[in-house]
Amino acid sequence: MLEKALKGTKAYWIWVISVMAVMGIAFLFYLKQYHYGLGITGLSRDVTWGFYIAQFTFLVGVAASAVMVVLPYYLHNFKAFGKITILGEFLAIASVIMCMTFIFVDMGQPFRIVNVFLHPSPSSLMFWDTLALGGYLVLNVIISRVVLDAERKSIPPPGWIKPIIILSIPWAISIHTVTAFLYAGLAARPFWLTAVLAPRFLASAFSSGPALLILLCLLLRKFTKFDPGKEPIQKLALIATYAMAANVFFVLMEFFTALYSDIPEHVMHFQYLFLGLEGKATLAPWMWASEILALLALVLLLNPKTRRREGTLVLACITVFISIWIDKGMGMVIGGFVPNPLGNVTEYAPTFPELMISLGVYAMGILIVTGLYKIVLSVRGEVRA
Amino acid sequence: MKIDRRKFIKFTGLTTVGLAGTPIVRALTGEDSLLTPAKPAPSLDNPLTAKRWAMVIDLRKCISKEGCTACIDACHLTHNVPDFGNPKDEVKWIWKESFEHAFQEQEHEYIDEKLKNAPTLVFCNHCDNPPCVRVCPTQATWKREKDGVVMMDWHRCIGCRYCVVACPYGSRSFNWRNPRPFIKKLQPDFPTRSRGVVEKCTFCEERLARGLMPACVEACPEKALVFGDLENPESEVRELLKNNYTIRRKPALGTQPEIYYII
Repeated sequence: MLEKALKGTKAYWIWVISVMAVMGIAFLFYLKQYHYGLGITGLSRDVTWGFYIAQFTFLVGVAASAVMVVLPYYLHNFKAFGKITILGEFLAIASVIMCMTFIFVDMGQPFRIVNVFLHPSPSSLMFWDTLALGGYLVLNVIISRVVLDAERKSIPPPGWIKPIIILSIPWAISIHTVTAFLYAGLAARPFWLTAVLAPRFLASAFSSGPALLILLCLLLRKFTKFDPGKEPIQKLALIATYAMAANVFFVLMEFFTALYSDIPEHVMHFQYLFLGLEGKATLAPWMWASEILALLALVLLLNPKTRRREGTLVLACITVFISIWIDKGMGMVIGGFVPNPLGNVTEYAPTFPELMISLGVYAMGILIVTGLYKIVLSVRGEVRA
Repeated sequence: MKIDRRKFIKFTGLTTVGLAGTPIVRALTGEDSLLTPAKPAPSLDNPLTAKRWAMVIDLRKCISKEGCTACIDACHLTHNVPDFGNPKDEVKWIWKESFEHAFQEQEHEYIDEKLKNAPTLVFCNHCDNPPCVRVCPTQATWKREKDGVVMMDWHRCIGCRYCVVACPYGSRSFNWRNPRPFIKKLQPDFPTRSRGVVEKCTFCEERLARGLMPACVEACPEKALVFGDLENPESEVRELLKNNYTIRRKPALGTQPEIYYII
């Protein structure tokens, strides 16, 4: 079926080659990083994880959010998702591959990564995260492949795939929970030491993921013959609404616990993120932007009129996505490192090579999504003909 | 003849014993054979052993010797620790942190200014319950069962820096760049590291194995650092702990740090 991604119009190929060009440039920057070391990034002794790990965290959420179409479709037999479920699963595949690549580019000794398998360490959450992500990738590859193949042949998918699909539902929850546990189990980092981190991760994922899926569906409708229909888009919008409300609620819980208890080592991280510490406030404008966008998104989503009108829904989806991307893709990880465990304030900002490498990883994800979606549309074209 | 690893190390260790008696080496290691004539020459045959290594730091002595960096210099020289000259790439095994940063929970508004800014020696606490060991995905860092030293394998480390994130004391450094060009004076008997791996104090396990005290302890002109076996009631560290009120860094976290401070 993969060959279907290799046949396309001129516009399709221009797009694919442009994306690959970005990847190529990013690869050169990666070679530079590989040669020089991670010192090429903005990371330092005090801020040891940054943009790469934050993107990884954000994208695990996007990957997990496929469950928001899989669950209604397969568990509740919600037929309207029939057309877009596979799009959700393919988005998950691309996201997991991006996650793995972000981890890879963040390693000091990337070619020793096999040591994780040679010396399995169940006490490390990173070991479990590797298993969870790898398993999730395999599950989604099997499921989407089998289901799409059945669709191509106009036959129902084989019965044995159903338990695997059911298994993929808790598995999706697990990948983001384990990713939250990477952070939430560390005595050294009070900012992450909160039981609400995993629920918050899931809520933000189930909001930003469906928002992205809505945008992708509308893009497909614009550029191809694909039409998702109104109902699934509206259903996705509703899911994003509930999840965004839960996400904002969890964020407020965090604020309350930290600020009312007034324990300095908990308060200081919020203080750094929103007001700055010792005159250092690089992230403050971003964090305020994230919160304001979150509120704007909630207003647009909660109001049935603006949620139903496509123009405002698109705006809502974009605000949800950007708001959560800032929160998870920057604030959450970096905020945990400032101040450091000794109370010193060292700031971090990604460098140009770091951003280019990240852009390359995203380009790779876009390429995978493009190819996979092309396959779906080609298969469906055949079915219709 | 079959030479296994152990025998090989013993053999190479013995050949270094030949050098050990020379004045140059004695000057370098700071060993004064006139004062301690009975002390055996450094050899793998006479290692220093303990059930639980620990250190007591007498901050009063340390603070009194203003500007002294003897222990830091000795450690960083012995272990080929690079000096990049900038905080971003910095690698350090032992350093001075102001008291208010080393002991944040002890600080208060009216604390003696001298103590507040007192340079406090900090390094790996060799915790009994080390979070860094728990999080390592490759067991490249582990607590040695026989004596509690938290060890590092620089050949297995994948450079994920999870241990750096998990350490509540900021004791671990990552090689953001190739450290080798930045080693001021290369010591051929200790390994250098490659870029992309984490490193930290190892309680001089390589010196203990040859019967030598840690480099920092040996270098301290004030004898402010005392190293010994916590499990031995007769040891000097136990004596100090009995006769002085000591504090540890962040004891509430349950990591059981094994560096004790006399204030």
